[in-house]
Amino acid sequence: MHTPTSHAFKDNARRALGDPQLQQAMSHVKKNFIEKRAKAAARLPEFEALRDAARSIKDHTLANLDIYLEAYEAKVKEAGGHVHWCADAESARQTVLRLCRAAKARTVTKGKSMIGEEIAINDFLEENGITPVETDLGEYIIQLRHELPSHIIAPAIHLTKEQVADAFREAHTDLDPNRPLTEPRDMLAEARAKLRDRFLKADVGITGANFLIAETGSSVIVTNEGNGDLTQILPRVHIVLASLEKVVPTLEDASTILRVLARSATGQEMSVYTTFSTGPRRADDADGPDEYHVVLLDNGRSKMLGSEFAEALRCIRCGACLNHCPVYQAVGGHAYGWVYSGPIGAVLNPALIGVEEAGDLPNASTFCGRCESVCPMRIPLPKMMRHWREREFERHLTPPRHRLGLKLWAFLATHPALYRLTASLAARLLGALGGKRGRFAALPLAQGWTAHRDMPAPEGRSFQSLWAAGNRNAGKQP
Amino acid sequence: MTTAESKASVARRVGLFVTCLVDLYRPSVGFAAVKLLQEAGCTVEVPAAQTCCGQPAYNSGDRADAQAIARQVIAAFEPFEHVVVPSGSCAGMIHSHYPALFDDDALWRARAERLAARTHELVAFLVDVCGMTRVAASWRGLVTYHDSCSGLRELGVKNQPRQLLDSIAGLKRTELPGAEICCGFGGTFCVKYPEISDKMVSEKTADIAATGADLVLAGDMGCLLNIAGKLSREGRPVVARHVAEVLAGIDDTPPIGAPRR
Repeated sequence: MHTPTSHAFKDNARRALGDPQLQQAMSHVKKNFIEKRAKAAARLPEFEALRDAARSIKDHTLANLDIYLEAYEAKVKEAGGHVHWCADAESARQTVLRLCRAAKARTVTKGKSMIGEEIAINDFLEENGITPVETDLGEYIIQLRHELPSHIIAPAIHLTKEQVADAFREAHTDLDPNRPLTEPRDMLAEARAKLRDRFLKADVGITGANFLIAETGSSVIVTNEGNGDLTQILPRVHIVLASLEKVVPTLEDASTILRVLARSATGQEMSVYTTFSTGPRRADDADGPDEYHVVLLDNGRSKMLGSEFAEALRCIRCGACLNHCPVYQAVGGHAYGWVYSGPIGAVLNPALIGVEEAGDLPNASTFCGRCESVCPMRIPLPKMMRHWREREFERHLTPPRHRLGLKLWAFLATHPALYRLTASLAARLLGALGGKRGRFAALPLAQGWTAHRDMPAPEGRSFQSLWAAGNRNAGKQP
Repeated sequence: MTTAESKASVARRVGLFVTCLVDLYRPSVGFAAVKLLQEAGCTVEVPAAQTCCGQPAYNSGDRADAQAIARQVIAAFEPFEHVVVPSGSCAGMIHSHYPALFDDDALWRARAERLAARTHELVAFLVDVCGMTRVAASWRGLVTYHDSCSGLRELGVKNQPRQLLDSIAGLKRTELPGAEICCGFGGTFCVKYPEISDKMVSEKTADIAATGADLVLAGDMGCLLNIAGKLSREGRPVVARHVAEVLAGIDDTPPIGAPRR
């Protein structure tokens, strides 16, 4: 099981910045995702209005979450399915294990699920003698490498294709070691061939859910590879892993949000497959599972409701905030140290694994606001990161040196006369020290700055002192 | 329209919030702002009680100190018809964040909202409020412009500086690819996460150098200190200035962090 390393964010980030393969792999994020999203948004005149509509749907649902969840459960039961309410990750793991054992499962296929990652279901099943097989290509790759996903929708985005080829050669030892594996197409074909057999052998199929629909009791997955459909149709038992904020009231609501989901994520108008599942196979159905179970996970989310972090529950896991975040682009997803990364990870992880563990994440942001500007659900991510900083400050988790500096600064800033004097002296001193060069290559107490860049020197007089001296001759001050 | 209002439309009474970085590092920007505002027909005053907008405290989670500083700014600038700030970041703090700071205090919230509504970034104010379409300055050379994040995304500062720059005789402007991407300054971010900040500013200076411009402009001293410091560390033949300096035609001050003459 992956123990969180969010507390070591700085070390993780340093390592990531020095990793040439990671840096090469991450260079694709910038180009591809951003351009495609921008084009998709520009092609749809009502895109901004849809974002507003999507936000309203989720706000309404979250404000009435108990009602919609109960309505959803009733519909699932009506269709012959089961809903298992799980307060935390352990309860969800035990529920899945119980269902797998009841099905006498040896092999479990898995569609892509962030909840599966959140509860670390693969490691848990393996420990209990059940073989989980990821069927999404990206998830399959990181399963081979025993890694966490580094991106919500592109879990292996941190890897170059050479690294993927290496992982395949190491895992697929029955194949010709000299086979060509240079093209992504070859690797996809190889993974497909390996997975085909697993799909047929699986006793249980586990998927995630992009939506749960209260009106019909359906769960919805969106995928591009079709693996999700095979995962949930072929085995005898289908288990859906979903967190409780995935519910929306109606099919119409899901359709509205679907219109912003793929566009924000990959720039597609729709993903290749959008699959609705309602209960187990009925007598006259051509296919489908005999049993349909929904493991409904809370894991800290109901505590976020009504808090300053409630709006983060609108998230539909499109990954747009990651793609547009300059910090995520620089260090990749693994530096964040747990399942969720990027701006949404910086908001969610402290809520789910504790601010003591993940407190660095909401600090590692310049508040440039690009995440919020592209979030289809208009989640005010910088504002929420700031709220985490406030909680850290209140609880004295902010580093003492930083805290002391702030207090000193605040004291000066609330004593204008003293401030003016200090600023005037500092401008003169630093201006004189900067001398003719006009900059510093090193400055005490500013190594963080001068290790990487020069510190420009002040001009030599503070504006306020010049203004007070009556030198209003614009552009001609000494 | 009352007499007072019609008078105000003749000479707008502006309180200049000079910002702590301009005050300490680059008074030229303050004087450039004064000159531009006067050219736009405003009377300009600089309340002595101003220090900082409180953003360092606010973004560090120190809400109490941020509120104390905000109260001081509100009291100092309330008498003015407009508050103008040569920084999108500090203007954004007052405009977009002061009201939220007083969620639990109706009286101060109302005062904060009134001030927020009258607070503008300098160049946006000149164009959007004063109706300025061109400036009298001249400049020689090829410049490029970086959009500082808060000005861009909190206040919609995008075309206003470009419009005024393009009116300058002799100035040629080239668009900066990735102009809307953060430079990695981020206030205390650049010293708390120096390696990440360095990666971001390195990409910014590489983009700037690739334009072939000899001068990069922006509307925020924070970004400019970061970008100028990196440009000089890398020995790139590009210098940096605040956009107000060029718009006001101030060229007797060396560029930011450049050797004195």
